[in-house]
Amino acid sequence: MSHHTIDRRDFIKSGIAASTALAVGLPVSQDAAAQAKSAEAGIAWDKGVCRFCGTGCGILVGTQGGKVVATKGDPDAPVNRGLNCIKGYFNGKILYGADRLTQPLMRMKDGKFDKNAPFQPVSWKVAMDEMERQFRKAYETKGPSAVAIIGSGQYTIPEAYAASKLMKAGFRSNNIDPNARLCMASAVVAFYQVFGIDEPANVYADIEKSNAMILWGNNMAEAHPVLWSRVTDRKLTHKDTKIVNLTTCTNMSSGLADLEIIMKPSSDLAIQNYIAREIIARGAVNQAFVDKHCIFATGPTDIGYGMRPTDQFGFPAEKDILAKQKVVTLDKYEAIAQRRKEGDKVEQKNAGPAAGNHWSITFEEFKRGVEPYTLDFVAELAKGDEAESLESFKKKLVALADLYIDPKRDVVSFWCMGFNQHQRGVWVNELCYTNHLLLGKHARPGNGAFSLTGQPSACGSAREVGAFCHRLPSDMLVNIKPHRAKTEKLWKLPENTLNPQVGASLMNILQGLEDGKINFVWTQVVNIFQSTPNSNHWLQAARKPDNFVVVADAYPTLSAKVADLILPSSMIFEKWGLYGNAERRTQAWRQQVAAPGEARTDVWMLMEFSKRFKLKDVWGEKKIPGLKAEGFTDNTLPDVLAEAQKMGYGPDATLYDVLFATPENKKVAWPDPKLRGKLNGTAEALGDKWFVEKALFNEYRQFTLGDGHDLADFDTYMRDDLRGLTWPVVDGKETVYRFNDEFDPYVKKGLGFDFYGKLMKAIPTGNLDGVIDPKPVPLPGKAKIFFRPYAAPAEQPDANYDLWLCTGRILEHWHTGSMTRRVPELHRAAPTAVLYMNPADAAARGLKRNDVAWIESRRGKVKAVVETQGRNKMPKGSVWAAFFDEGMQINKVVLDTLDPMSLEPDFKKSAVKVIKA
Amino acid sequence: MSSAPSTRRREWLLRAAQGAAVAACGGLVWNAFLVRSVHAAPWAPRPPGATEDFAAICIKCGLCVPACPYGTLSLATVDAGPAPGTPYFDPRRVPCYMCPGIPCAKACPTGALDAALPRIEDARMGLAVIDPESCLSWQGLRCEVCHRVCPVRDQAISIQPHPRQISRHAVFVPVVHADACTGCGLCTQACPTQVASINIVDPASVRGRMGEHYRLGWKDVAPAEGAPGADATPSAPMAPTPPRSGSPAPAAPPAAPAKVPGLDYLNAPP
Repeated sequence: MSHHTIDRRDFIKSGIAASTALAVGLPVSQDAAAQAKSAEAGIAWDKGVCRFCGTGCGILVGTQGGKVVATKGDPDAPVNRGLNCIKGYFNGKILYGADRLTQPLMRMKDGKFDKNAPFQPVSWKVAMDEMERQFRKAYETKGPSAVAIIGSGQYTIPEAYAASKLMKAGFRSNNIDPNARLCMASAVVAFYQVFGIDEPANVYADIEKSNAMILWGNNMAEAHPVLWSRVTDRKLTHKDTKIVNLTTCTNMSSGLADLEIIMKPSSDLAIQNYIAREIIARGAVNQAFVDKHCIFATGPTDIGYGMRPTDQFGFPAEKDILAKQKVVTLDKYEAIAQRRKEGDKVEQKNAGPAAGNHWSITFEEFKRGVEPYTLDFVAELAKGDEAESLESFKKKLVALADLYIDPKRDVVSFWCMGFNQHQRGVWVNELCYTNHLLLGKHARPGNGAFSLTGQPSACGSAREVGAFCHRLPSDMLVNIKPHRAKTEKLWKLPENTLNPQVGASLMNILQGLEDGKINFVWTQVVNIFQSTPNSNHWLQAARKPDNFVVVADAYPTLSAKVADLILPSSMIFEKWGLYGNAERRTQAWRQQVAAPGEARTDVWMLMEFSKRFKLKDVWGEKKIPGLKAEGFTDNTLPDVLAEAQKMGYGPDATLYDVLFATPENKKVAWPDPKLRGKLNGTAEALGDKWFVEKALFNEYRQFTLGDGHDLADFDTYMRDDLRGLTWPVVDGKETVYRFNDEFDPYVKKGLGFDFYGKLMKAIPTGNLDGVIDPKPVPLPGKAKIFFRPYAAPAEQPDANYDLWLCTGRILEHWHTGSMTRRVPELHRAAPTAVLYMNPADAAARGLKRNDVAWIESRRGKVKAVVETQGRNKMPKGSVWAAFFDEGMQINKVVLDTLDPMSLEPDFKKSAVKVIKA
Repeated sequence: MSSAPSTRRREWLLRAAQGAAVAACGGLVWNAFLVRSVHAAPWAPRPPGATEDFAAICIKCGLCVPACPYGTLSLATVDAGPAPGTPYFDPRRVPCYMCPGIPCAKACPTGALDAALPRIEDARMGLAVIDPESCLSWQGLRCEVCHRVCPVRDQAISIQPHPRQISRHAVFVPVVHADACTGCGLCTQACPTQVASINIVDPASVRGRMGEHYRLGWKDVAPAEGAPGADATPSAPMAPTPPRSGSPAPAAPPAAPAKVPGLDYLNAPP
C-alpha cells in the first residue's frame, strides 16, 4: 500500500494536477505509474537554472549515459517552486538539435582561408591560427580600436569576466559590448543617474506584498511567464489587488488587467508626467521622504536620436530620418510638453555624450516642468486606440493616478522592453522612479519601481561584471581614473594599462564594420545579425572584404551564415556556470554532460586565444584615435612594458599567464577536492589542472566586496541546499530590499533609507533651461527625482509609411529562436512570426487572415503572414511582429534610432507600409 | 502511515484541489481513458459543413481534397480513417485553417458538405477535449499554446486561472467550450506534449447533458424559447429519475398491478 505512505513532500512534488485527477475521480493508470518509476531509476539529478529569460527559474537537470534526458522545475527554487513555462519545459532538448555544431567551420579554398569560399570543417588549430592572423592584421595596422567582441546577457559570469578581462586588460580595447545593450542599457543609465548604482532595490516577493501592480510596456504574461503566474495568484487570492496594463496593443497580459490603457508610442513619457502633476496637485508628495532622501534634477532635451551624425552610409530612403539627428522640428505636443512653440526648429546641440549631463533643480522648477501635463493634454496626446472615446481614456488615466496616490495602495511598477527599447528609454525609466520617490513608495516591501530583465544573466554577467564598452566590474567605469586604478590593482596591471576611452557600443561595433573602423569581430552567445535593427546594413557589412567575423555558437545561426569562421560552443549544462537574474539572485550549476564532438566552452576559447599573444604584442605604445584623458598623451596608450617588467612580467609572457593562469588561480585545482562534479570541459581541454571558472569567479568576487555588490564565494553558490542568494551578501546573508535600513546592511539603522550608490553623486545646479552654477554639489545618500519631458518619436507614420510597427517576443520562442526553433514541439506551436494587424487595416489593404503581405519601411522589406485575431489585438494604425523567426527577419525593417544616453535601440517605433504580396 | 498532522494537511490540500478541479470543469474536460477509447472508434474529423448523413450523401469524388489550400484533407483508405473513400483530416498532421470562404464545402457537388454554411466559425468538425493528466497547463506550467493558437480564442478555449495552493503561483487551466469549438484542430497540431494532450473527438461520444429539470441557479439565464422547459412548467416536475444500480436506495420491484403506489412494497413480507 505504498500510496498510503506517500509523505507530504512527495505529495506536493507530485503537483496539483495529479491531486486534481484523484479528486475528480479519474482513473490513475498503474501501468503508467510503474513505467514512470522505472524510467526514473538511473537518472542523476542536479540543480540548474533555466537557460531562457531573466525570471531565473530553478530547474533540476536529469542526466543518464552522458546526456541530459530529463528536466524538472525545481520545487525548492523560490522563484518558480517547481513550475516552468513552455520554453523551460524544453531546457534539456535545446542541447540536442539535429544541426548542432561540433567542429570549427571556416570559409576555405585550396586549403586556405578565402572570404568568398564556402565553409569547410577545420581543426581547432587551423581555426585559431587564422583567427590570430586576422586579429593581428586589424590590431597591428589600426590598433586596439579595430577589434571587438560582441558578448551577451546569456554569458555565464566567468565567461563575461574572462572576455572582459582579455579585451580590457590584455588587448587594451574597450570594444566589448553585450546584447544586453539591446535590452537593458536604458535601465542601467537610469539606475546610475537616479541611484548611483545599478539594479533594482526590490525583489520578486513584492508581488505577494503588493495590491497594485502596474505594467509599463511589459507583456509579462508572455515575456516573464512564471512571474506572471505569481502576479495572477496574487490577484486571485487577494481580491483587492489591481493590475494595470499600459501597452500599445491588447496583449496576453490584458486578460487579467483591471485597467488596460492602450497608448500611443512614446506617450508613456507624458502619462508619467501627468501622474507626477497629479501627485503634486493632490498634495500627495511624501514630503518627509523626499526632503530627507531626494533632490530634483533635469537635463538637456536637444539630445538627438543616437543616429550617426552623417548620412553617408544611409540608404536614400533613410536620409530624411537621419537628418533629425541634427535638427528636430517640434510638433504640437512636443512643443507644449517642452514649453516651446510648434514648428520651432531645434538644433540637437547635446547629441552625443553631453546627452547624459544633468543638474539639480528646485521643487518649484520641477513643478513648473510638469505643469503642462494636464489630463486634457495628456489624454489627447496619449490615447492609442481611435475606437476608444476620449472620456473613457481620461477616466482610465485618473484611475491610474488614483492607484499610485492612494495611501492604502502598495504599488509595484514593472517594466521591460517597452521602456528600455525607447528613444527616450532613460527618461521614461527615470520618470517611473520619479513617481515612486515622490510618493515614498520605493525600496519598501510591496512598493517599488522594478525594472525586469529580458535575459538570464543580463544582470549577473553583462552588468555586474561590466562586460560593456564603458564599464568595469561592480559599477565602475573605464573613464574614471580611480575606477581604473582599483581595477589595475586587483588585476595586477601596470598603471595606465587600461584604456580610459569608452569603447564602441554594440551598434557602433556594427557601424564600425560598415565604415571600416572595425575589422575584426568575435561574437559569443549571441545571434547579433538577426537581433539588431536595420540589419540589412550589418548583414552587408559583415561580408565586406576587409572584415573578419568570428561567430562562436552552438547552432548555425543567421550570424554564422554571414561569418568567416564559426566556432562550436558548449551549451549551458555542458559547462560550469553562474547566472544572475532580475532580482539580484546569483544562481549556479555544475557541468552535467560533455559537449558533443569538438564543441568547446567559450571560456576555453578565450584562454586558448590569450595564449597566442605576448605582452610585447599588446602592452607597448598603442594609438587610440580620439583618446583624451588626464595622465595620457592624446590619442595614445603608453608603453607599460617596463613597468610590467618591474612587476615580474617579461615581454614574452603570454596574456594567458599574466591575466588568467596566475599563480593564485592555478592553485584552484581541478579536479576539485571539495565540490561534486566530475566533468569540466574547460579544464580538460586546457589540460592545466586548474579550475578556470571557479578561479575566475573568486577573483571577480574581490571587486564586489565592501562596496554594496558583495557576492558569496563560488563554493557557496554550488551548495546543494542553496537556490541562489540576492546580493549584497554580507556575513553570509543575502539582502532583500536595498537602501532600506530594515534590510540592507549598508544602511545605518535609524536612517530609514540611504541611496548610497556612488556614481554621478555630485552635479551642477540649474533650472529647467540649463545649468546656472556649474560647480558640482555632492549629494551623498540621495536619489534624484528627474523631470523629463515628452519627446516625439523620430519616425512616425506618414502618407507613405502609414502604420506603426512594434516588435517583441512571444512565449514559445527565445529571442532569435536559435535554440527554441530547434525544438520540434516549439516550432510546431509557433512555426513563423506573423504580422498582427487590425482587421479593418487589413481589409483596407485587401488582406485577410492568413494572407501573405509585404512589410516595407525606409530600410527594407520582408514578407509575413497576416494575423487579425491572434494573441495581440492591434488598434487601428498599428502592427506587431516578433523577431524570433529567421525566415521573417523583421529587423531588416526596424528603425535603428537609439536612446542617446544608453545607446540602446528602439525596436518599438518604426513606420511601415503593408502591401498584399 | 503518515503522522496525523501530515494526513490532515494532505486532506486539506486534496479538498482545495478538488474545489479547483470542480470549478475548472465548467467547460469540457474528459479523462485520458475516454480520449483513448474515442481514438479507437472509426471516427475522424470531417471537412467543415459535413451534414449529419454525410456518409450517405458523399459520393467519394474527392473534389474537396484539392480545394483545400493547406493540404488538410485526405481520403480514407481501408487502413486509415473512417468509411473508405470519404474525406477526413488528421489534425495533429494538418489541421483545418478555417478559410473564411470554405472552398472545400463549395467544391462538394452533392451537398454532403453544406456549401451554404454561413460562417466557418459555424462549422462543427469535431470537438476538442483535453487530457488533464498530460496537459502541461493543467499541471501549472505556463504553456497555454492551445489557447493562443485557437482561431476562436476565448470563446472555444478560455483560460481559467486558479490559485495553485501549494505555492504562490496560479494554474492557467485551459477549458474548451463546445458551443464555440469548431473542431479545427489547430490546438491538437500545436500542442507541445509528446502525444497531443488536446484532441478532436466525435462530440456525440463525449458530450453529456444535464437533467432538464434543473437550472444552475447562479447562471441567471432564461431557457431559450422552444427549449424544453421554456414554458417554465416542466412536464414532470421533480420526477424521480430511475435509481442507478448500486444505489443505496432499494430498487423497486417490477410494477405489479397496484392501485396505490407503494402498497405492494409495504404489504410484502419483510
